[in-house]
Amino acid sequence: MSDIGRLRGARDAVLLWFAPARVQNEGTTPDYRFSLANERTFLAWIRTALALIGGGFAVDQFLTNHLTHWVRVVLSLALLAAGVACTLRAVNHWMRCERAMRRGANLPVSRFPASLALLVAVIAIAMVAVVFFGWAG
Amino acid sequence: MAPAGRYPVETDRDPGLQPERTRLAWRRTTLTCAVTTVIAMRQVVRSGGSALSVAAVGLAALSFLAFLVLAHLRIQRLGAPRPPVLSSRVAVGVAGCMVALAVFGAAVVW
Repeated sequence: MSDIGRLRGARDAVLLWFAPARVQNEGTTPDYRFSLANERTFLAWIRTALALIGGGFAVDQFLTNHLTHWVRVVLSLALLAAGVACTLRAVNHWMRCERAMRRGANLPVSRFPASLALLVAVIAIAMVAVVFFGWAG
Repeated sequence: MAPAGRYPVETDRDPGLQPERTRLAWRRTTLTCAVTTVIAMRQVVRSGGSALSVAAVGLAALSFLAFLVLAHLRIQRLGAPRPPVLSSRVAVGVAGCMVALAVFGAAVVW
């Protein structure tokens, strides 16, 4: 897919968030239990986002003896940014799943969980390293 | 399943307790949001409380209250035997609260 096509797709997805009626007009309403399961998945992602945001605050508050101000700010902002990305993705994925269920299509797949896992692993290793060397030095 | 000898009716509860599980998921999320907001407020106490950080944390607390209202409204609707689909306004509203919490928190960290 070209970059322009991808941008257009992203714009259409965001427009869809604000035009719920367009989703409701498509296909047939799925069993309400499937929609509730989708809603719980959405909430689980929101909790993941909250954990990342809370982790961002925690880095800033609890690593004061180990990190210089700027390292703390950067790590903290990285976690907060990951939390925001997770939130936006939660809404987008919830809507795409809802639409796929209405159309009877396959549920959307995404690279997001893998990228999030990598990011969290990198941040965790970085924090272990700085805390360890901060302690030693 | 409805008891033997009786046809299921519209008001029968789902035996898988899906609405209840969804309600508890909202409760868990509200609790997580409360904890995150408390950590954000702790930030101000630590930083000594400049006017900017007090304002930022006040707004973060307000976004928690907004989330609380959204969660409460949704939980009330989940009481129906066949709850309606989550409206996308609520979903976008929830996302807005989270983003606000992160942005106001970032303002204090900075």
